[in-house]
Amino acid sequence: MASFDVMPEVQLYQPVELGDALNLADELGEDGWLLGGGQDTYGWLKDRAKSPRAMIDLNGIEALHGIRETDDGIEIGAATILRDIIRDKRINRDYSLLAQAANRVASPQIRNVGTLGGNLIQDTRCWYYRRGLDCYRAGGNICYAGGPEAMNREHAVFGASRCVAVSPSDTATALVALEATMVAASISGTRTISADDFFVGPDTHIEQMTSLEPGEILAAVRIPAKWAGQRFYFEKVADRDVWDFALVSIAAAMSMDDDTVADCRLVCGGVACTPHRLTNVERAARGQSLGEESAEALAPLASEGAKPLNYNHFKLPLMENLVRRAMRG
Amino acid sequence: MSDYTLLGKDFTPPDVTGKVTGKAKYAEDFKVDGMVYARMYTSPMAHGRVTRIDTSKAETMDGVIGVLTAEDIPEVEAPNAAILTNSPAYIGDPILAVAAETEQIAEDAMAAIEIEIEPLPFVTDPLDSLLEGGANAREEGNVYARSREGSGFREIKWSQEQIDEFRAGKEPTGEFVSEWGYGELEQGFADADLVFEEPFVTIGYAHMSMEPRTAMAYWENGKCYVHGSAQSQSFWIPGLARMLGVEMKDVCLISENTGGGFGSKIGAYPIAALPGYFSRKINRPVQLRVTREQEYYMGSARVGFQGWIKMGFAADGKITASDVFIVEDIGPNATGGDASSAGGAISLVYDPTAMRFRGLPVLTNTTPRGAQRGPGQNQIAAVMAPIMDKAAKQLDIDPVEIRKINSTNNDTIVYADRSPVTSAYMNEALDQGAEMFDWETRKTQPKRNGNKVRGLGIGQGYHSAGATGFDGLIRITPDGRLHVHSGIGNLGTYSYATTSRAAAEVLKVSEDSMQIHRGSTDNHLPWSSYQAGSVTIFAHTRTNYVAAMDALDKMKRIAADTMGGAPEDYDIDGQRVFLIDNPAQGMSYGAIAARAIQLGGEYSGDSYPEDIHEITQRAVQNLAGTGLVGVAKDNLHQEGVIPGLAVAFCEIELDLETGKYDILDYVGIAECGTVMHPKGLAQQMKGGAVWGFGMAKSERHVYDPQNGLPANVGYYQCGIPSYLDVPSVTRTDAVNIADPQNPFGARGIGEPAMGCSVAALQSAISDALDGHIFGRSPITPDMVVNHVMGRDQSYKPLQTNNF
Repeated sequence: MASFDVMPEVQLYQPVELGDALNLADELGEDGWLLGGGQDTYGWLKDRAKSPRAMIDLNGIEALHGIRETDDGIEIGAATILRDIIRDKRINRDYSLLAQAANRVASPQIRNVGTLGGNLIQDTRCWYYRRGLDCYRAGGNICYAGGPEAMNREHAVFGASRCVAVSPSDTATALVALEATMVAASISGTRTISADDFFVGPDTHIEQMTSLEPGEILAAVRIPAKWAGQRFYFEKVADRDVWDFALVSIAAAMSMDDDTVADCRLVCGGVACTPHRLTNVERAARGQSLGEESAEALAPLASEGAKPLNYNHFKLPLMENLVRRAMRG
Repeated sequence: MSDYTLLGKDFTPPDVTGKVTGKAKYAEDFKVDGMVYARMYTSPMAHGRVTRIDTSKAETMDGVIGVLTAEDIPEVEAPNAAILTNSPAYIGDPILAVAAETEQIAEDAMAAIEIEIEPLPFVTDPLDSLLEGGANAREEGNVYARSREGSGFREIKWSQEQIDEFRAGKEPTGEFVSEWGYGELEQGFADADLVFEEPFVTIGYAHMSMEPRTAMAYWENGKCYVHGSAQSQSFWIPGLARMLGVEMKDVCLISENTGGGFGSKIGAYPIAALPGYFSRKINRPVQLRVTREQEYYMGSARVGFQGWIKMGFAADGKITASDVFIVEDIGPNATGGDASSAGGAISLVYDPTAMRFRGLPVLTNTTPRGAQRGPGQNQIAAVMAPIMDKAAKQLDIDPVEIRKINSTNNDTIVYADRSPVTSAYMNEALDQGAEMFDWETRKTQPKRNGNKVRGLGIGQGYHSAGATGFDGLIRITPDGRLHVHSGIGNLGTYSYATTSRAAAEVLKVSEDSMQIHRGSTDNHLPWSSYQAGSVTIFAHTRTNYVAAMDALDKMKRIAADTMGGAPEDYDIDGQRVFLIDNPAQGMSYGAIAARAIQLGGEYSGDSYPEDIHEITQRAVQNLAGTGLVGVAKDNLHQEGVIPGLAVAFCEIELDLETGKYDILDYVGIAECGTVMHPKGLAQQMKGGAVWGFGMAKSERHVYDPQNGLPANVGYYQCGIPSYLDVPSVTRTDAVNIADPQNPFGARGIGEPAMGCSVAALQSAISDALDGHIFGRSPITPDMVVNHVMGRDQSYKPLQTNNF
C-alpha cells in the first residue's frame, strides 16, 4: 500500500472570467476539478484517491465573490469565503441562521479560506470512502460502512440506499431551512435549483452528493426574503468544538404568529446523505406555541422512521433533544 | 522560589528563538548534495505473508534510483519490529522502499509496484483473540510474555463462558501470564467494610507526534550520519549502531529539534535505520520522509487495557485490598508493559494494605504499541479516580479526604518489593490544590441548572521520575566560558537547558558565559539518559552536578598548585578561583583553563575516570586539550523509588441533552521536589492537562474488525483536543519541597502532569452523572446521551478499539 502525500502532476487553470471557467469545465468534463478554498480538494488529490487531469481555480473570478441584495433577499457568490459570511451585517441581521452555521464550520483557519460553495459541495467524510476503498460511492459494489461490525458511529440513520454516508456540510442545513436556491452556471446558461433538490441521496445518484452536472459550476446561492428576520435556531453537536463534523446538527427557521408557530422548516445535519428535513415535526409544530410542552410533544417525531446502524443509535435521542431545544423558545 | 542564582528561575532556552521564527531545523529540513528521496510501500493487510514482489516497472521509470526490500536487511525475530518485512502484522507495516530523484517520482514508482500477499487471520480486539477459536495476531501465538526468566510466544485461549463472565464484570478465571502482589489479599478483603468490583477499558491511541519519523542518512569514510527525529540523543546510538551493523563510533545522530515523541522515539526505532541501509546500497544520501498517514500506521500508540478491579475499603476510608487483572493490548510487536506499571501505580498512589496484580499481554494486528506519557500509570489513573469517588460516596467521606487517607508519603513503601520512596508529598499537593481550587466552597454549590449539571473531579498522577548512572561532561575554555555537553536530546521540554544550568549553578557561572553543546553526537556528547520516563531533570541535574564538582575540585587543585596553599584554601565566585583568606589573590576561569591545558592529564581530558561510558570516553578523547575538563559518572547515593506526583482538580458543566461537557476550571499541582524551571514546569502541567483531556474525552483507536482497517489516520480523525475543548485558563502550581536524593532537590514531572488530568476529568464526569462509572476512556457524547436516556451503549462490554 503506497501512502501518497505529494501533489501529483495536475494542470492548473486560473480563469478570471466565469465564461472562461465554464468553457474549461465543459471541455474537461469529468477530467476537471473545481477548486474553491481547497480544503476538500487537496486531501483527495494528494492521497491520489481522485485523479483529475486539471484543476479550475475559481477564486480569481470576481463574479463568484460577494454578498449582494436582490429583489427578494440576498445572493451570495459561491466563492465567498465563510469568514465574510460570518461577518456580514445583513446576513447577521436577516439570516443569522446561516452566519451561525458558517461559524461552526471546521476551524477559524479553514473558515478563512473555505468558500460557501466548497462547503456545500464537499464530499462525504465516510472514513471508508475517504480511504480510497472501492465502495459503491467510489464506483465499486460494496459498502464497508454498512457491514455488521463496521465502525459507523458517524453514518446515516435516514435515507440509506446501499451507501450510508452523511452530508458533512454545516451551511447546507441552514440553507435548506432558509429555502435557498442554488444558481448553477454552464455554457448553456444558468439554471436554479432549490436547496431541497440540490442535495441528492444515494438512491438518486450514489457517486454524487449534489445535482450539479459535469460542466456546471455552482455560481451563487440565493436566499429569499421570506425568512428574513424570523426566529432561528442552530446547534451542532460534534465531538470537539473545533474542526469536527456534526454528529447531529439542527437548523430551524420559524415564523411566528404571536406565540404560535405560523410556519417552520427544521433540518438536521449528520443523519442522512442530504440535509434531512423534519417534515413531520414541521407539520405538527405549525399552530403550536413554543415551550416545554410542545417541545416534549414534538421531539419524538424527529426520529420517526430512522434506521440506526450498529454504532449510531445515539443519533435518535440526540435529534430529539435538538428538536426539544429548538422548540422550547 | 529557591536560593539558587539560576535554578528555579525562568529563562529563555537557546532553541526557543528558532522555534518561534521557524528557523529551527528538524530532520526533514536537512538536505545534502546528491540526496535522493525514499518512500515506503506498506502492508494493505492486517496480517499476511508476502509471496511476490515485482518492482520491475518501477525500477525502469526515469529518476528511480533503487529499491530496498526485506532481503537487503538482516532478519529480525518476531515479534520484534523489522525495518522491512515480508510478514506484515498490521496495516501499514513497511514492506519495501523506493528511492528516486524527486518525491513525486518516488510516489509515481510506488503506484507501479506489484505485490501479492497471502492473507492470514488477524484480530483487532484482544478478547476476540483470547476466545477459543479466535485468530492469533502472529503465526507463533497470541500472547507474548516478557520476563526476566525468559520471553516467548504463547497461545492462550479462554472459553466462551470465561470471556462472557469477564465481559459481565466478574473476576476473570482464564489463564494469565504474570502476577505479583504483597500483603494478605484475602484478609484485606475480609477486613473491608466496603468491597466492590469494576470492569474497565482504556482504548489505546496514537502518540500523534507533529513531526513524523522522517530520517535522512549518508555515509562518509565508513561512518553513517543520520538526521533523525529522536526523543533522546546519546541513548539512540547503541540501538542505531546495532541496527546498522556498525560500531557506535561509526554512527553520528543529528537531531537538533524534535517535533514531539511522547514515548514513541525514546530509543532508535527501526525505520530510522532504513535510510542508512538504503544509502549504503545505492551510494547516495537518502531521505525517507514518512507521511502523516504512515505516522499513524506505524508511529506507535498507547497500550489499551481491558480489566477488572476489586477494591476493599475500611469504614475509615483506608484501602485494605486491591486486586487488579489487566488484559493488555500489546499490538503486533509485543511492546508495552503498561499493565504491570499500572499495578505499580495503584501500589504507590493509593497504598493498599494488600494488593495483587495479574496481567495478560495479548497481541493484536493494530498499530505497534510503545510507551506513551505515563504508560500504564495514566490509564489506571483514569480508572481509579471514579472508583475512589464511589468509595468516598458510599463511606460518606469527602473525596479529597479519602485520597489523603490513602496517599503516599515519605514513609510509604511501594510495589511488590516494598521499596521506600525518596520523598513524597501527595497530601501537601492535595491540600494545596484543594485550596487553590476552593474545593470546600465549590462542593457545596448546586449542581443542576436546567439541562446542565456541574461535576467536580480530582485526579492523581504518578510516574517514577528519575534515573542514575549516566555521565556528566563539561569544559572551561581559556576564554573563561563554561561549555556543558548534553546528550539528552531536545524533545521540547527544554530539560537539556535546565539541567545544564545545574553545572553553571555549581561553578557560579553567569548565564551569558555558558554554552550548551548538543544536537549532534559529533559535538562530543556524553552518555546521557533517555529523554523519557520523566527522568531527565533528576538524572541530569545530578550528572551536571558531579561533572561540575569534578571541575571545581580540579580548579582548586590547579589554583593551589599555581599559587600555593591547599585546594581547600580556595573558593570560587565571579568566574574566579581565589584564596579565601585573600580574595584578591586568584585566577580567572580562563587562566585556570589555560593552565589545565598545560598540565594535561585528567585536567584537560587526556585521562578520565574508568567508569564512564564508552560514548563519554570518546567525547573526552576528542575534547582533550581544549580546556579544563570536568567529567564523571553519577555515582551519587540513590535508593528507592523516585516518585513524580501531581494532582488536579477540575469542574465541568455537562449538557445532559447533547452529552457534551465543558471544562470550566482546572487546577494542576506538581509534586516534583524543588522547581528547577517555573515556566517549563507550568508548560508541562498545562500540556499534560490538555493531553489528559484528550484521553478522557475523544482520543482512541478505532479499527474495523472485518478488515483490520484503522479509522484514525489523520489529525482530525484522532480527536486531539482543540482550543475550544480546553479551559481558557489552566492554573498550575507546585508543592516545591526538596527531594533529599537530588543535589538540588529536583524530581521529574512530565508524565504525572497528564495522569492527574485524565483522572480529574473522569472523576468530574462521574460526579456530574451522580456517580455513574462508565469504566471507559474516552467518554464521548454518544455514550453520555445513551446513558442519560437509559439506552444501551453501542459497544459490547469490554470491547476495545471501537467507537
